[in-house]
Amino acid sequence: MMALIETNLPALQVVLPLVAAPLCAMLGRGSRSWAFATIVSWLTFLIALSLFTKTFGGTIISYEMGGWAPPVGIEYRVDVLNAFVLMIVSGMAAIVLPYARRSVAAEIPAERQSFFYTAFLLCLTGLLGVTITGDAFNVFVFLEISSLSTYALVASGAWRNKRALTAAYNYLIMGTVGATFFVIGIGMLYMVTGTLNMADLAVRIAAHGDSSTVHMGFVFILIGIGLKLAMFPLHLWLPNAYSFAPSAVTAFLAATATKVAVYVMLRFMFTVFGFDYEFQAATLEMVVLPLAILAMFAASLVAIFQDDLKRMLAYSSVAQIGYILLGLTFLTDTGLTAAIIHLFNHAVTKGALFMVAGCYVLMAGTSSISSLRGVGRDMPWTTAAFVVAGFSLIGLPLTVGFVSKWYLVLAALELGWWPVALLIMASSLLAIIYVWRVVETAYLQSAPEGTVRKEAPLSMLIPTWVLVAMSIWFGINAMTTSAAASRAADMLIGSSQILWED
Amino acid sequence: MPELLTPATLYFAAALILPFLPKGTLRQTLVLLVPIAGVGVFWTLPEGTFSPYNLMGLHIGLMRIDDLSRIFGLIFSIAAFLTAIYAWHVRDTIQQVAGLLYAGSAIGAVFAADLVTLFVFWEGTAIASVFLIWARRTEGAYATGMRYLIIQVGSGVILLAGIVLYYRETGTVSFTQMDLGSYATWAIFLAFGIKCAFPLLHNWLQDAYPAATVTGTVMLSAFTTKLAVYALARGFPGTEILIYIGAVMTLFPIFYAVIENDLRRVLAYSLNNQLGFMVVGVGIGTPLALNGTAAHAFCHILYKALLFMSVGAVLFRTGTAKGSELGGLYKTMPWTMVFCVIGAASISAFPLFSGFISKSLILSASANEGHFIVWLILLFASAGVFHHSGIKIPYFAFFAHDSGKRPKEAPRHMLLAMGLTAALCIGIGVYPAPLYALLPYDVVYEPYTTSHVVTQLQLLFFSALAFAVLMKTGVYPPELRSTNLDFDWSYRRVLPSVVGGVRHAVTGTWRFAARVALHRVDRMLVGIYRAHGPQGLLARTWPTGSMVLWIAVLLGMTLVLTYV
Repeated sequence: MMALIETNLPALQVVLPLVAAPLCAMLGRGSRSWAFATIVSWLTFLIALSLFTKTFGGTIISYEMGGWAPPVGIEYRVDVLNAFVLMIVSGMAAIVLPYARRSVAAEIPAERQSFFYTAFLLCLTGLLGVTITGDAFNVFVFLEISSLSTYALVASGAWRNKRALTAAYNYLIMGTVGATFFVIGIGMLYMVTGTLNMADLAVRIAAHGDSSTVHMGFVFILIGIGLKLAMFPLHLWLPNAYSFAPSAVTAFLAATATKVAVYVMLRFMFTVFGFDYEFQAATLEMVVLPLAILAMFAASLVAIFQDDLKRMLAYSSVAQIGYILLGLTFLTDTGLTAAIIHLFNHAVTKGALFMVAGCYVLMAGTSSISSLRGVGRDMPWTTAAFVVAGFSLIGLPLTVGFVSKWYLVLAALELGWWPVALLIMASSLLAIIYVWRVVETAYLQSAPEGTVRKEAPLSMLIPTWVLVAMSIWFGINAMTTSAAASRAADMLIGSSQILWED
Repeated sequence: MPELLTPATLYFAAALILPFLPKGTLRQTLVLLVPIAGVGVFWTLPEGTFSPYNLMGLHIGLMRIDDLSRIFGLIFSIAAFLTAIYAWHVRDTIQQVAGLLYAGSAIGAVFAADLVTLFVFWEGTAIASVFLIWARRTEGAYATGMRYLIIQVGSGVILLAGIVLYYRETGTVSFTQMDLGSYATWAIFLAFGIKCAFPLLHNWLQDAYPAATVTGTVMLSAFTTKLAVYALARGFPGTEILIYIGAVMTLFPIFYAVIENDLRRVLAYSLNNQLGFMVVGVGIGTPLALNGTAAHAFCHILYKALLFMSVGAVLFRTGTAKGSELGGLYKTMPWTMVFCVIGAASISAFPLFSGFISKSLILSASANEGHFIVWLILLFASAGVFHHSGIKIPYFAFFAHDSGKRPKEAPRHMLLAMGLTAALCIGIGVYPAPLYALLPYDVVYEPYTTSHVVTQLQLLFFSALAFAVLMKTGVYPPELRSTNLDFDWSYRRVLPSVVGGVRHAVTGTWRFAARVALHRVDRMLVGIYRAHGPQGLLARTWPTGSMVLWIAVLLGMTLVLTYV
């Protein structure tokens, strides 16, 4: 039995939440479906953990779905990189779900909660599937599963604020456009190569050599995924979606959805197209690099002027995506390490921050910064969590944010790009401003008269503080994460030294 | 789990626990016990570096024990202990937590074996201490705190920049003696200098210290600047420029101190002046001089705390520390008056008081090394100290013309804290051997030689005589303002036009430049707000169509690249 499970772990990773989702819908009212979803998320996290320990040494697990050998059949392919991302996604789900109970109970009517958790599990399925699969078309399928359930999740914020509906609708249009672009790109690659398996695609593209069809395919995939990961200026769907979605959804999506999209981008760029693909290098330097730097500043500046905490954090996410993309455009080992480690670090930090925002929404009834005056005295633990996670967002030493920035600056200096290194530091100063604004309002202004606010319940505080503690722990003891990230980077570069034939 | 063996861990842990204890005795006892336990952590350890670990390739050491760090660690712990007694009445959680974090950071910084740890604690002192100012909860205190914070954090940022450059140059971050000569070391030097209140970088001190709470000022006076002195003694001993910086530092605050009315600000100026002595000691850099710096820092923390405590007690009871509104308090606050006089005698370096045995080390060192002019300046500064701290503070607070105020004697715990501090001041002055044994270098020094005592007494008695004669003949008017005019009359006659003219030109240019710059900044901020503000171009919720337009634009841009 154990052996059976062990050999089928990659399939179980996706199948478990997939099968659990309809079951969850059948369980009926509130807390039963919540408990079920939580247990499922913990099991998926355990699976991801065991996959990560197996692949950490460098082994690559290849799993043939239904016994059909690739390239015809669908292959699940697990290496350090996607095992790392799997761990982030399932881990965040495992932490967010315990948190979700109280927050969802307040934001969604009881009879709809089982559908909410169903959509949540489907979203998890989709994200895990995108990450684990080795088949390009399968990526598209899972991307759609996760996106469709995400639209539903965002729309379920409508019970709190009707604007969630338009946000979800906008997101739906944009997401569909992105997915279509992505599938058009894959279609073009298929035209050229006649295969959909990523590893196979890589070999055949290299053999085929450069052509304008491959160019087109690359550009469509870049834009399609760029939309999904909220690359500036394709981020326009994100602020509304994040600020109007239910708090638990925001925390989960902010920590995982864009990260998975970044993973897909990494995978296509370096495994499929190859690290030494010239057109890609040119695109990254001419288009993505300026946009990434623009994002770091423009989005941070917008964040400074926002009054809604969730919206502020959403804009800061756009800026942080800028850092990740920046790491990618360096096209060096250190740069990739920085990008990958920031996937994890930002997931932890932003997850914690959005959870704090959720606590405020629940206990203070608002996420507007100006009405959170003096909240530090009423909700000391929640606010302290915000301060520590905020430090990490800024990138102060001894937090994970510092580790990311360190690698990023290091990568810039290695290339001798002094101005870029300075810009990274300068944009961190903007983060100080928007984090400080909240801290100042929470601690140094007196509460508006007549407000009654209590500390958030333990079921929400503990998950929040778990993430906060992680952001400190992995900031001091960055060995595991940085080793995983640098191995993943090595692997991406190593695997893609594919013999481009001139 | 990384090892965290440093007294700072204790302070931080206590700061974490404290808010959960009931307000009252239990809390105060905890605050009182932490410094004692902290001393226990490092006192028995042998010399060496502990708690080393590797942070992304940097070698970090949380705990370095040697003679220099040990004596500073000890005096910081004593100061934390004494202020804990003094602050027994405080029931404000923020102040208690901030106090623990502040003292913990300062002690942690003293034991830091590398620059990264130093930086972390350096910023820690800045951030924790500002809450002692904000705890006064007035609009003015908030603004002052903000200014203080910006300068202190700024010092940290410069330090960090210096550390990064230093690491690039040398490949190490260990905190040892450095040479001025590269951008890196200059940046580090400047960061230390800001915190040490070098001339022209000093204004934060006089701005912030009088604005803090009664107990907060006592804490502030003990840690921040002495941490900077420690850092200088560790990093830049024997750097010649420090001698001159220090000499200027001893001199210029005297003039400000005499024209100042707020007694706590007078003390802040005299603090600045005393730092000058220590900086001179660091600059001379001989074993004798460094011993002098360490000893002077030790004694200075005690008597300066004592003075701030006594003036604080007056402020606590009367609600003001303005010289012109006080006077005649000796009738109802006799004990506070006695302690204040002891503090005043110590800072004025009367024989048999602590200031004498430490200051004379630095004076002797400067004379031994042939810095005759510096020696004279220090001597003159000593007389100045006697004037503004030794006579002015006790005289205007407790004697002078009777203000009619009849406050109660200071609370018992304050008297106890002052009593203990005063006992230490006298004890060290009478029997300096134990302190000398703690000093970083083995130097045989005898403070009580006839020539030392006589020189010092002459200086003091002639000052006092002058003061007394002026008082008797009525030339020394009781009102503060005219006192100052009398004193600085001479140098104002010599330099008025030159200084005034230069100042006029400088302030004029400065104002003009500032106005232009502010205008520019305003315009820029308006521009940024227009684009990024809530209704700005970048923050608006855009219709779906425009988002699709962006996709088209980006797709087109990238495809164009195909044909380039």
